[in-house]
Amino acid sequence: MTVEIPDSDAIKQAVKNAFSKHGTTVDELIPVLNDINRALGYLPAQALQEVSTTLRVPKSQLFSVASFYQMLSTKPRGKHVIQFCESAPCHVVGGREVWDAVCDHLKIEDGQTTPDGMWTLLTVSCLGVCGVGPVMVVDDDMYGNVTPAQVPEILARYS
Amino acid sequence: MKHTRAMVLVSGDPLSLERGAMDVYNRLQDEIKAFGIDQEVNVTLVPELGRHDAAPLVVVYPEAVIYGPVKPENVHYLVEEHLYKGRVAAELQASVKELSGKIAWLTARKGTLPAEQRIVLERAGLIDPTSVEDYIVHDGYQALGKVLAEMKPTDVIDLVSKSGLRGRGGAGFPTGTKWGFVAKAPGSPKYVICNADESEPGTFKDRLLLEGDPHCLVEAMVIAAYAVGASEGYIYVRGEYSLAQERLHLAILQAKEMGFLGKNIFNTDFSFDLHIHSGAGAYICGEETALIESIEGKTGQPRSRPPFPTTHGLWGKPTLVNNVETLANIPAIIRHGAEWYRSFGTPSSPGTKVYTILGNVNMTGLIEVPMGITLREVITIYAKGMKDGKAFKFAQTGGSSGSVIPASLQDTPMDFDSFNKAGVSLGSGALLICNEDNCVVDMAKVLLNFFRKESCGKCNPCRIGCQRSWEILNAISEGRGKMEDLPVLMELSANLANLSNCGLGQTAGTPIHDILTHFRAEVEAHIRLKVCPAGVCRMREKVLR
Repeated sequence: MTVEIPDSDAIKQAVKNAFSKHGTTVDELIPVLNDINRALGYLPAQALQEVSTTLRVPKSQLFSVASFYQMLSTKPRGKHVIQFCESAPCHVVGGREVWDAVCDHLKIEDGQTTPDGMWTLLTVSCLGVCGVGPVMVVDDDMYGNVTPAQVPEILARYS
Repeated sequence: MKHTRAMVLVSGDPLSLERGAMDVYNRLQDEIKAFGIDQEVNVTLVPELGRHDAAPLVVVYPEAVIYGPVKPENVHYLVEEHLYKGRVAAELQASVKELSGKIAWLTARKGTLPAEQRIVLERAGLIDPTSVEDYIVHDGYQALGKVLAEMKPTDVIDLVSKSGLRGRGGAGFPTGTKWGFVAKAPGSPKYVICNADESEPGTFKDRLLLEGDPHCLVEAMVIAAYAVGASEGYIYVRGEYSLAQERLHLAILQAKEMGFLGKNIFNTDFSFDLHIHSGAGAYICGEETALIESIEGKTGQPRSRPPFPTTHGLWGKPTLVNNVETLANIPAIIRHGAEWYRSFGTPSSPGTKVYTILGNVNMTGLIEVPMGITLREVITIYAKGMKDGKAFKFAQTGGSSGSVIPASLQDTPMDFDSFNKAGVSLGSGALLICNEDNCVVDMAKVLLNFFRKESCGKCNPCRIGCQRSWEILNAISEGRGKMEDLPVLMELSANLANLSNCGLGQTAGTPIHDILTHFRAEVEAHIRLKVCPAGVCRMREKVLR
């Protein structure tokens, strides 16, 4: 299995949904891109083209925005995305050991996607739940106080 | 009409949720219905009850009995005993040993522990954040009513100036002065922006307020808009805080329905509209001009200052940008007056400060205490000492942009001026307490890695300086360092501080400066002896030929 690419209609629909929710003013650009990214998993070139036409924003600006923000991606990601906090508060309470366990388990490194398209592994800056570090987020599920031993069990919940 | 006689709070922080808080919450509702008391008892899932011990917690008001850890199978008994029969279900109560001082602020209300002073977080975790009525019952929108009925915009600014409130985003700029600048600035429309892009590692105070008391922020923003003459406002919430965004959306909707927001507020001719703007994951957008760029739909690259946003902000118009915590102080100041506010904290930094306590201590969590408390007090009283009895080595304050504070400075009062004098920074209020098992080189490496990735890349000192510093620190931590690297590091650190365009670069070199000032011997051991004294760094080659 490889990473799935959404078809043209799905992209059109996602763009339409985002605009109907946020409106078509340029100050809503980032919320709109956020929504499309969430719906499709990334920002396909076709989606950026449509946003560009509707908002009358140059494509160059859209690509610079899309590649600047950490939550936006211009490349397809795996079926499940793991975000691992690498900031200091998680680091001092055992984050590094958990990170090693995740890498060992999936056999990939930061920024990579597993060959079967299942997992994308990303390190991120603080997620704002530092009271329960080390913190790892799988898709929308947050896991706190993670230990290396828990990693295989947590990842096994996703298929 | 529903008449509530008891209120049940369930802790919904990530740890509690992981331990089954949602099951407990659902079970509670089912059981309460089964006993036929659902018209009298209100159950609320609150974001956070302050501390993470004995999670999930269930707190029953008005008696303020704390149960925990509660399992779904305990719920039937709890409801029957406490809510139906009215007896405390003693077996389920969190044990004294577990709780002594741990939910300090809950017990403080009963007068048993002096502990904390809550102004900003007065209501967070105690009221139903999805109910505007609940907020109003707890003095909500009273301050706004007072402002619109009795005060002129200049009166409001005078009052805020007199209270001595200083910005809680890290810089500590006097809030009243900033409001004055915007009010006097020519041009219209004017904008009010709340900076809720809380991305400083180790800080989650704003999330707690946004999730637990969203109306407080809405009220404060309307007051601020009235004072400076703004007609439109934005709350810039970081993209990761989806629950906070949801709660704010609801709060704005409710406030509009009630006439606290929108056209002709309280039937006066003052109108104000408020939007929520979601970020997309960029630390730099916490910098106010980057945040403004981001709202305008661009990459978050800070502008050159001056001109400041107070005169040339969003769309080039006068704009007030305040932190969440700063704004959350406003309604209380209006209600109780400047004198009252000045009775907390120190003369130059009045009021309270919310700190997040993290790291190798017995208790992590969040406290709101008067300004001027010392680090030693925080560790011994609120954090209940160091974990496993290890020694306190250093604290990293204020998130990444703060300082590395050695144990020798732990008696410095934590307020803006005392910290400035000691050459350290208070920052956003995160206190990462580290024990002897942590290595300063490793810590600096982690912090610089953060800046290296989060630098927006606009100006050279920061873009190149962070990367190069990280490379050198990485080499030192792997036993590849040279003594000549140290002066280079110092120079990079100074260049970052002096030449960078914005706060990110200006503070990025602080950890390097701090570890070389306070922990030079430890750094040199990595280079001269190829040994990490704390045993953290994985030295690749023990002997370098």
